[in-house]
Amino acid sequence: MGVLEVKDLTMDFGGLRAVDHVSLEVNEGEIVALIGPNGAGKTTFFNCVTGVYNTMQGTVTINPPGREAEEIQKQKPHIITQKGLARTFQNIRLFQSMTVLENVMIGRHARMKAGIAGAIFRGKKTRLEEQKLLHDCYEILKKIGLEKWVNEQAKNLPYGEQRRLEIARALATEPFLLLLDEPAAGMNPQETQDLVELILKLREEESISVLLIEHDMSLVMSLSEKIYVMDYGKGIASGVPKDVKKDPIVIKAYLGEDIDA
Amino acid sequence: MIKDRLLKSLFVSLWLTVLTFPVMVIRVNTIEDTVTWRWGNLLLILIGSYILSLLWNYALERQERGKKVKTNKLSIKIKEIKATFSQSRPMKTSGIAAALLAIFLFPFLTSFYQMSIMNTALMYVMLGLGLNITIGLGGILNLGYIAFFMVGSYSYALLNQAIGLNFWIALPIGGLVALILGIIVAVPVLRLRGDYLAIVTLAFGEIMRIVVENWSSLTGGPSGIRSIPRPAIPGVDLNLIDTAKLVYFIMIVLAALTILITLRLKDSRIGRALIAMREDEIACQSMGINITRVKVIAFALGAVFAGVAGVVFAANTTFINPASFTLWESVLVLCIVVLGGMGSIPGVIFAALVLKLMPEYLRAFSEYRMLVFGAVLVIMMVFKPGGLIPEKRKHYNFTNKDTAEFEEEGV
Amino acid sequence: MGFDYFFKLFIGGMTKGSIYALIAIGYTMVYGIIGLINFAHGEVYMIGAFTALIVAGILSALNLPMFAVLLIAVAVAMIFSAGYGFTLEKVAYKPLRNAPRLSALISAIGMSIFLQNYVLLAQTSNFLPFPDMIPDFAFLEPVKQTLRTTQFIILVVTAIVMILLTLLIKFTKIGKAMRATSQDKIMAMLTGVNVNRVISVTFVIGSSIAALGGVLICSHTGRVHFYIGFLVGIKAFVAAVLGGIGSIPGAVLGSFVLGFTESFGAGYISSDYEDVFAFVILILILTFRPDGILGKSTKQKV
Repeated sequence: MGVLEVKDLTMDFGGLRAVDHVSLEVNEGEIVALIGPNGAGKTTFFNCVTGVYNTMQGTVTINPPGREAEEIQKQKPHIITQKGLARTFQNIRLFQSMTVLENVMIGRHARMKAGIAGAIFRGKKTRLEEQKLLHDCYEILKKIGLEKWVNEQAKNLPYGEQRRLEIARALATEPFLLLLDEPAAGMNPQETQDLVELILKLREEESISVLLIEHDMSLVMSLSEKIYVMDYGKGIASGVPKDVKKDPIVIKAYLGEDIDA
Repeated sequence: MIKDRLLKSLFVSLWLTVLTFPVMVIRVNTIEDTVTWRWGNLLLILIGSYILSLLWNYALERQERGKKVKTNKLSIKIKEIKATFSQSRPMKTSGIAAALLAIFLFPFLTSFYQMSIMNTALMYVMLGLGLNITIGLGGILNLGYIAFFMVGSYSYALLNQAIGLNFWIALPIGGLVALILGIIVAVPVLRLRGDYLAIVTLAFGEIMRIVVENWSSLTGGPSGIRSIPRPAIPGVDLNLIDTAKLVYFIMIVLAALTILITLRLKDSRIGRALIAMREDEIACQSMGINITRVKVIAFALGAVFAGVAGVVFAANTTFINPASFTLWESVLVLCIVVLGGMGSIPGVIFAALVLKLMPEYLRAFSEYRMLVFGAVLVIMMVFKPGGLIPEKRKHYNFTNKDTAEFEEEGV
Repeated sequence: MGFDYFFKLFIGGMTKGSIYALIAIGYTMVYGIIGLINFAHGEVYMIGAFTALIVAGILSALNLPMFAVLLIAVAVAMIFSAGYGFTLEKVAYKPLRNAPRLSALISAIGMSIFLQNYVLLAQTSNFLPFPDMIPDFAFLEPVKQTLRTTQFIILVVTAIVMILLTLLIKFTKIGKAMRATSQDKIMAMLTGVNVNRVISVTFVIGSSIAALGGVLICSHTGRVHFYIGFLVGIKAFVAAVLGGIGSIPGAVLGSFVLGFTESFGAGYISSDYEDVFAFVILILILTFRPDGILGKSTKQKV
């Protein structure tokens, strides 16, 4: 079984069926892409998997390496993250007035223990915990290449760096699966290339699996081992990149007409 | 174009003059059956609104333009002065020593009246810092905050009446009662969004006040409770002036504690979680943070400080009634946090002192106080939502091999 | 006691409900369009009442028939309140359209306080007797004990306003524009709707209706005070939330539910705690059914 297995996920917004019996699977160490025209329901799918929406039907099962499989549908977002699923957002959702370092530190929140008493009295345990936290977060920033922005307010970062910061922050939660929602949106070709390398590096060094939503086809093709395609809420195709690329159903969904391949 | 601006402001001022004509110029008194015309006001509005409109539009334009560049000569100068002070060790220590000396000597150099004012101001510093945790750090708009203050006061008053509770023991008890109330209030409020949450907290505050006002058998109703014992040192006989000095030092200690706790909180795991929640609840949850718990903490923690301050208030004024704990007081504390800067400790202290001390020295204008508060809220939100002294996050100094903060800028 | 008392409370509840409805409509319309609780709405209601008082005061020297005074006072009050509503949006809300919700909320509170104290200082802190400008109708004489003329007028006027408003929203161009803007502001802009104008119109309509309510209720209670806007404003807001904020029929429904609860609660349980009913209802509703009775649950798009 894959580290993530979604079966027949269905989600309605009032009268509109935003996600219609979509299934997908991510195996350990895989990079999987979810693509489709705008409005296909991809982000809604993410939101269901990560617990932001909790009125869907279907099952979401996680099977992290070294742990038991469990179903997580309809659980609260923070619980799901604590279990090892981390995500970034389509529209950047950084903590704007906090520094770059602090944004990453937040990611570690669930892995730390200090409470109110710890905050007020700053005992030895708390101080050691904070030291380790600073060390770890700085290392993460170095890995992502953002260490020179350490004390800068997140809102002052250039766009491409903000996107990378979101990834750094998600990384701090120690996930086994990273869900990236359009990580390359708005990036120029150089930045996109850097992003590809970063994701590959993360997969190698952190043993993380990745599920990403993307519109940038070059990134999708060069990065993913498997692609799922959605349109109008339904899953319409899946497979390896070279097959999906040629699939007439997929082409029709994007271009809206039959094209002789 | 200057001419356009002048013309635009002329239209605005004419519009406002006409709009405010009935209320400002005509005064109808149906008790005495008179109608007074105050043409002077007409001129006042015409000219006043013209100037204000010019200033307002100018400020708006500057805000649009100057979003990135901040090269105001004055602010650069201030930054330089601040830098020289904080960098040189001897300057810093002598500055702190001077401040401490001033604080210690204050009660011995000033009159009873001035000390009383300062005592009240210090209570509001504590209230401001307390609310700062809920609003400033947590981003939760608690419009019923003064209810916690009231609960602290009444706890001392009632427990003292019932079992002769001593002031010193009442202090932590007041905080505890407020804490419990804070948790109770937080529960229904938890899943509400900003606007609704604000109104519900306002509702709670008002309900509490109305209940206290009407439950005469328990709380003495609108007439309140009298003869609350002042703080005393067992065995020492203190007259009025010395008691005031005692209260002063109590407040200084409490305020210092509040400052210390808030400082520690700001840069801790919990503090960061609060701010993350303020900035973006959904992202915060996605980082594994249990929003519900954090909200309760924001509420309850803020409440404790109000509760403790309430005990001192009751002991200081020796008489409390529901009229001291109205919505206006909540708004005043809100004003303090907004004006000072949400999440900013020096900002809140500064604003509390200004907002409580200034009216005393500007007694002549006391009627206009609330009017000014209302205007301040609007103006601050439009032009300087970060407050007069915006919050500054902690900077960590890393050596190349990383680790270990040893220089922490930003209070 | 008995049936007479019950009926009296019933009429009282209807009256309260009508007044709350006139004000709640303004809240719900504004919230539907810009997603903001217009804290200062209650003040616009109060200013309407004061304006009517002032107009009536000036006209008293002219010895006009009561009815004419009423009409002129109401018209002037509505116009001026509309002006206040329009202005306050431009000053306190428009600059903050893209700011975080907390900022706009605080600004709204500030505006509310400012307007209250503005009237307090420019006029008086006393409760001023408000002339009963509503003439007595002969045909109501027999039921005078249970149904006063003022109450009757309030009910009738409210009904008329509801009908007119519904017609406006359903059938006119501006009504369509308002509905479009409240559903999707950006899309409305893209289809050529002048969103700024729609927002201003919303404020103008809501404010003038509130002013109408102000004149009517002060004729009924016989007095006016700078603080009345605040308390009534909160209750009308509760009513709007109860019915489902953003929905005009919801606002009306919620208003009557609240009006009846207050009237019967005060009549049968305790009149001291009358104000508490509104607050308790608010807390209950927001805890158990935050979308209100008629509200549609809106999912936040992430």
